[in-house]
Amino acid sequence: MIKVLFFAQLREVLNCSNLTIESTPETLGDLRQLLCEKGDTWDEWLGSDKALAAVNQTMADDDVKLNDGNDVAFFPPVTGG
Amino acid sequence: MSDNARATSNYISVQEADFDQQHEYLELTNHNQHDGAVVTFVGMVRNRNEGKQVLALTLEHYPGMTEKCLDEIATEARNRWAVGQVRIIHRVGTLSLGQQIVYVGVAAKHRKAAFHAAEFIMDYLKTKAPFWKKEQTTEGEHWVQAKMSDQAEADNW
Repeated sequence: MIKVLFFAQLREVLNCSNLTIESTPETLGDLRQLLCEKGDTWDEWLGSDKALAAVNQTMADDDVKLNDGNDVAFFPPVTGG
Repeated sequence: MSDNARATSNYISVQEADFDQQHEYLELTNHNQHDGAVVTFVGMVRNRNEGKQVLALTLEHYPGMTEKCLDEIATEARNRWAVGQVRIIHRVGTLSLGQQIVYVGVAAKHRKAAFHAAEFIMDYLKTKAPFWKKEQTTEGEHWVQAKMSDQAEADNW
């Protein structure tokens, strides 16, 4: 099981702050693909060029392996400071 | 802390409340006879951005990851330069014009380390720490887009 969080503009356009994926995908890229299949908006906004991702609160690339119980977050490029 | 113990810790806070620069300065300097330099930076909400009249900012973050990320940035600065205490405070929530957003304070034996570390921390914070700004302007509200120039500044270190 994977808990997925969405932040900022992504949360708003997807109208979703979090969801749970029961069957753990093998990699972050696989999870991204799975979410992109939820609809056109998801596909448009969750591409790796638009949405950064963190696994267990560390920035991660699509080839990072996922383990049961991981927290994954997707978000736009950051704009703090 | 005794006069002989040099603080080489990171103080990290993500908070809605404002911060007091004098208090933060005293935290860096009280009982500190080791460091000859303190550099501080404060970022504030300004009234214009990208040609629009800004009314306020709302800052969102990823609780947990933000604090971890700021601590890692402070530690990376510590690995690169000989610095004493590092203090990073970042506010979240809605902030009006002129309000303080972010504080970075670095104490070091010598000024170059303090200057470099403070600038490095801000450049990394702007491109790595999970904060997002939404601007309220006279033309409506929108999420601030990340700037290539900020990434270039961070890549220079």
